[in-house]
Amino acid sequence: MEYTVVCKQLSKLYHQGDVTIAALNKVDLQIQKGGFVCLSGPSGSGKTTLLNMIGGLDHPTSGEIHVDGKRVDQMSKADMAEMRLRQLGFVFQAYNLIPVLSAHENVEFVMQLQGMDKKTRADKARAILKEVGLEGMERRRPAELSGGQQQRVAVARAMVSGPSLILADEPTANLDSVTAEMLLQMMRRLNDVHGTTFLISTHDKLVMSYAKRLIGLHDGEIVDDERRN
Amino acid sequence: MVDYLKLLLALGWRNLWRNRRRTFVILFAIALGVWSMVTMAAFMRGIIHQVVNDAINNLTGHIQIHAPQYRDDPVIEHSMTLPSAALQELLQKNEKIIAWSARVRVPAVIASERESSGVTLVGIDPSREKTLSFLFEATKKGRYLKDVEDKGVIIGRKLAERLQTGVGKRIVLMSQDRNNEIADRGFRIVGIFDATLESTELAYVFVGRSVVQKMLGMGQDISEIGIKTRDREVVDAVTAKLRQAAPRLDIQPWNVLQPLLQARVTINNGFTIIWFVVVFVAMGFGLVNTLLMAVFERTREFGLFQALGMRPRFILGQVMCEAFFLLLIGLAIGNLLSLLTLQIYSDGIDVSGLAKGAQMIGLSNVIPLTSQLNDVVVANALVIGLGLLASFYPAWRAARYVPVEAITRT
Repeated sequence: MEYTVVCKQLSKLYHQGDVTIAALNKVDLQIQKGGFVCLSGPSGSGKTTLLNMIGGLDHPTSGEIHVDGKRVDQMSKADMAEMRLRQLGFVFQAYNLIPVLSAHENVEFVMQLQGMDKKTRADKARAILKEVGLEGMERRRPAELSGGQQQRVAVARAMVSGPSLILADEPTANLDSVTAEMLLQMMRRLNDVHGTTFLISTHDKLVMSYAKRLIGLHDGEIVDDERRN
Repeated sequence: MVDYLKLLLALGWRNLWRNRRRTFVILFAIALGVWSMVTMAAFMRGIIHQVVNDAINNLTGHIQIHAPQYRDDPVIEHSMTLPSAALQELLQKNEKIIAWSARVRVPAVIASERESSGVTLVGIDPSREKTLSFLFEATKKGRYLKDVEDKGVIIGRKLAERLQTGVGKRIVLMSQDRNNEIADRGFRIVGIFDATLESTELAYVFVGRSVVQKMLGMGQDISEIGIKTRDREVVDAVTAKLRQAAPRLDIQPWNVLQPLLQARVTINNGFTIIWFVVVFVAMGFGLVNTLLMAVFERTREFGLFQALGMRPRFILGQVMCEAFFLLLIGLAIGNLLSLLTLQIYSDGIDVSGLAKGAQMIGLSNVIPLTSQLNDVVVANALVIGLGLLASFYPAWRAARYVPVEAITRT
């Protein structure tokens, strides 16, 4: 079986004075390629910490992280940046987009960093924006888009360069239920069509209902792992 | 790479206008700084230009030739014979020399029926002096001297007032002759001159050279040769040539003849640099503060850039681009304002309201603005170079954010 993410004995400890807090405590996790996985749990359970470490935005205290067979926790800053650029896509809860760029330019941004030629990236950006239902809104800046539209642009940007893994941290937290459902349907469709692996942290039951696999976290430990068909 | 640069430039430019009010405030500060640098430099250069030109036109010339002891003790005993044929030929044929004339210059006392005053009596060759010094153009009342044999005298307006005399009236000039005896002679005032400075009007009286030579029993001897060159840049070269031709004479350029003036030029240059630095430091703090605020406000955004795979050095480049645009626009506005100011005051700034004070430091009523390309280039280079250097700190701060901390910053 092919895994996109493998975590071995992953721990993250924070020190507050004399007290040591384990945000993650010896977590072992394997995520299959093409998965649509939700990390659920209450606030402080370690969902975001786990997501950040898999994405190379934070360093573990101990343990190993492998993404597409590459050891992330031992990478240099430059290699990590390169991995985030080529293999990962991020969707955050809010402030996802660059305010001074239009929707089209935001989607093009990552491809531009990758050095893709102008025509290819313009075609790809146009196509993915159409796919997420934002045709005709390409020139709008984030301030001119609704919260749901902004999240769709963020997903489009995360998807457009064909990463192997998309990490989404509470992507529906600021959306109403109708918009959230539309976003989830779109993400699932992209997962089904393109085979991109999604790892989503949430405590929203609606999001969990879309998961192919639901991992429960509590106090930095995996307490539940449910696979669905 | 070109694409990347375009992206950084686009981000830098657009970010500049996110907080328009702040951008306009700092642009105003940069423009004002550049304007004050260029305009103040032109004003200070104008003062020096005027003072030096006045000194050169007021008999100093660009170069003077004397007998070796004359400058230490400018008395009649230290006069010299007329220049040799070889020196005269050089003075005549050197294309860098535009005018020269031999003069007699001795201390004297002038007396009218009512008053007397100490002056410098200058015996001139009127035709040569026309292009050499200020006298011809400054003789506003009466007439200019005709030739070396002219027995009339030209005095300054202020001196005429002090002596309560005028054109057509007689005065007596007394000085020491070749035999250390008092020599005196009556002259009729034929002209009154107006000088830039009242001190010049009080200090000099002019008569035909041969008349003075006869009065003092000097024969054909002279006190000095004044020389005017094409411009100040060729003075050293001409001085060297003249020294070669007349090694026994004391041949000195204007800055040696007027050491105080030279010191003033040096001090003025120093003040210009100090002014540049003071303005830049004030401006630099504003620039750094503005960029630090901009960086601080966009912490999450820099975290997002890193999450998307942008390398820290490109984040640094983005902030530097922003600073570059700020500096460039500020420079353009500042230079434009300077150009306008120089254009508006192309005839000089009228300081006649401060005439007395200005005269005390050797200035006339109108100070010209003399802009030098060199000053403009230095001011621009200083602002852009040090401005970018000062911007490096906020840019470096932006590039140093830890992604996970930056993204979660509220």
